Amino acid sequence: MFDALSDRLEKISSGLRSRGRLSDADLDAALGEVRQALLEADVELSVTSAFIAAVRERLQGEALSQSLSPGQQVIKAVHEQLVEVLGGEALKVTYASKPPTVILLAGLQGAGKTTTAAKLANWFKQQGRHPYLIAADLQRPAAVEQLRVLGRSIGVDVYSDSSNPVDVAKKGLKEATRIGRDVVIIDTAGRLSIDQELMNEVKKISKVTEPDYTFLVIDSVTGQDAVHTAKAFHDTLALSGIIVTKLDYDARGGAVLSARGVVGRPVVFAATGEKITDFDLFYPDRMASRILGMGDVLTLIEQAERNVDPDVAAAQASRMMSGEFTLDDFMTQLNQVRKMGSLGGLMKMMPGMSKEMRTAANNVDDGQLNKIEAIIQSMTVRERQNPVIIDGSRRTRIARGSGSSVTAVNQLLNQFTQMKKMMKQMGGGAMPQVPGMGKLSGAVARAQMARGAEVPAGLEALSAGMQAGQRANPPAGGRNNKKKKGGRVTPPKQR
Amino acid sequence: MTVAIIGVLVVVIVVILVRRRSRTGRAPQIAAPRAAMPKLLVTEVDNRPTLASLSTKLGASRGVFDRLRSLSGAPNREVLSVVEEILLRSDVGVALTSEILESLSDSHADESVLEHVRTALLQNLNRDRSVKTSSRAEHVPVWLFVGVNGVGKTTTIGKLAQQQRNAGRSVVLAAGDTFRAAAADQLAQWAERTGSDIVRASEGADPGSVVHDAIGRAFARKFDLVLADTAGRRANSSNLLDELAKVRRIADRSPGEVVETFLVLDATTGQNALTQAKEFLASAGVTGIVLTKLDGTARGGIVVAIERELGIPVKFIGVGEGVDDLLVFEPEAFVDSLLGA
Ligand SMILES: Nc1nc2c(ncn2[C@@H]2O[C@H](COP(=O)(O)OP(=O)(O)OP(=O)(O)O)[C@@H](O)[C@H]2O)c(=O)[nH]1
Ligand SMILES: [Mg+2]
Repeated sequence: MFDALSDRLEKISSGLRSRGRLSDADLDAALGEVRQALLEADVELSVTSAFIAAVRERLQGEALSQSLSPGQQVIKAVHEQLVEVLGGEALKVTYASKPPTVILLAGLQGAGKTTTAAKLANWFKQQGRHPYLIAADLQRPAAVEQLRVLGRSIGVDVYSDSSNPVDVAKKGLKEATRIGRDVVIIDTAGRLSIDQELMNEVKKISKVTEPDYTFLVIDSVTGQDAVHTAKAFHDTLALSGIIVTKLDYDARGGAVLSARGVVGRPVVFAATGEKITDFDLFYPDRMASRILGMGDVLTLIEQAERNVDPDVAAAQASRMMSGEFTLDDFMTQLNQVRKMGSLGGLMKMMPGMSKEMRTAANNVDDGQLNKIEAIIQSMTVRERQNPVIIDGSRRTRIARGSGSSVTAVNQLLNQFTQMKKMMKQMGGGAMPQVPGMGKLSGAVARAQMARGAEVPAGLEALSAGMQAGQRANPPAGGRNNKKKKGGRVTPPKQR
Repeated sequence: MTVAIIGVLVVVIVVILVRRRSRTGRAPQIAAPRAAMPKLLVTEVDNRPTLASLSTKLGASRGVFDRLRSLSGAPNREVLSVVEEILLRSDVGVALTSEILESLSDSHADESVLEHVRTALLQNLNRDRSVKTSSRAEHVPVWLFVGVNGVGKTTTIGKLAQQQRNAGRSVVLAAGDTFRAAAADQLAQWAERTGSDIVRASEGADPGSVVHDAIGRAFARKFDLVLADTAGRRANSSNLLDELAKVRRIADRSPGEVVETFLVLDATTGQNALTQAKEFLASAGVTGIVLTKLDGTARGGIVVAIERELGIPVKFIGVGEGVDDLLVFEPEAFVDSLLGA
């Protein structure tokens, strides 16, 4: 999507450079594309219009940059403005001088309030606080039990009784004070913003508990309705902020901008999965990239951070750059990559990869990776450190030892050499001269620019280079065209 | 190719991590904003316009529908933009909206704007919406409920159980959500409320075997129908979708026969619903959609795009949390509510 948007913007804005500024007509066309992208990301219509108007105002006065194409400049402006709106002043949670600090959660049915209450409690616990949960959702069957189970799992007590939500909240708060808890989180039933009776009820809960913070919990897949919900809850409860849930879905999450844009309160936390610990502060720049369809790179970064030890990575990077990268390093890396998920899935997250690479990655299954591992394991330590010594007879031995063919061993060694060369070139700053890298580098450069150079330069060249090398050495013995089913690499269970 | 792929991944990951490591500790640099961005982008929430409000806007003095009907011929820009707004705000989506607008601007004088848009939407909703309640002889019909987290799967099962009980059928509920805390307790309350039987296991148990047991029980005791709940799951995880496919296979194993697989969609969901439908269709062979939460302010227009692209019919709609808040989907009434007519 981001590729598509930036490509479309490139087309519109080519040949403008001489004029020094974007003409109104070009700006109209470019912003028309941006508008469409925002709408496709579920940003609400009037929020989209207001946002576009603000971007227009900003771009109108701006001189065209020397280093960026006009299309890139538009994207950059859009991205920056998104970060600005999504970020704004951050909300820093401070604790009430007279504890407990009370937090009220509200939102529609199914937004994720109950799970969020537990995650939030856990978060406070990690901050060294002593949270207490109040289950005031007496509406949905077994909602109280759900919170009790979650509370037990994180070691946080849960208060509830079967009277009525307002009394439960009141009594729970009293109990928390009595036993000296310093943070109280109140879970409430999901309610529709047009359900006057239930909106009055939550208002009453708010009145009797006087929360220090009231958060609207909103689902990241929400469509145009986000503004109605957000506005109605804000008008009723005076929100202090927003918590966005289900950011592990592949939705672009425009609802966050809609909600933010209509209540003007910060988005504070983000829930990113079903596990209690899948909960984090909200990062505006990640969200901005996501709305523009660039979020995948960030997911990749997160997964990398979760699964790979940065120290090990640093050590390996220096060996890569100096050309000392060995087959042992390669094995370590292979295993780390496997831990992160399927190759196809990972490849999909990277900008600027050719379709060919993606398809090929999709077709890689566990068996192929196992085979590579078997081949490497059949080598001696010396061979793995220094593959040049692997001559004909050694190849035959390795092939026999790993139950594969000499062709397969040859192929692996050739590709490894190729890869090593590329890595070294990257380290030396040289770009391998390979055909077809223009488009690739464009996409990555744009992602880089918008993200503050998060994506390594030269990656696209590397990918293209390896592909080119690959074409020179076509794989022996039929492509694996197996559909990605069954025995492919499966990522570690996330739940 | 495999090595090349791994190579690229390795390099990217290593470089990303190294760069991030070298950046940590550095104070974030905040670029001074140029034109200050307003905190509040919109202060008032406009109500969704309706074709009726369009006629008021255009100064209608006659009855709304008369006026709309007379609004014909190639429409002007204002009309187009109101129609666009109506469709987009109902979550119909950019692609379908543009298509309808295009056909509208090409339209001829003999049709009113209202009729044109209505027909264009209804064209996509022309399918068989019958619901299967019977299986082959010596089999137990199973309805499987799938969808992402919190859309209303369990509640819908409660409502449909009641509906089937009203129709004189005996029902077993299978608590196939063994993942979410207290999910089985939730379903058990619905079983009690509707006089249905329930088969459940402890948290963390294998969902397939719960469904299998429910079918066994229904078969042995000659129950008419099994309604199987499943855990909410995101649609972009092949693991979770594979797990679901497995549950479906087990449910479809004799004497069970999956006669309906309902994808439950939340009407407040935007464009992601299309992805959800695609993925669940591929992994669970969805035969029908239940669109929930239509009692709120969201309109659920994305189902039009889903029906058009994937051909999955919407069969029921949820209009509240009560046991009777379930209706059979009617395309015309649905389209009229999208258009506010
Ligand atoms: N207003 C309204 N609320 C609904 C409707 N259907 C379900 N709900 C509510 O939505 C919330 C979630 O419903 P569930 O049935 O628990 O959803 P689920 O898909 O089973 O959720 P998980 O099992 O957690 O994935 C509950 O509070 C329901 O009462 C509906 O048609 N209208
Ligand atoms: Mg459920």
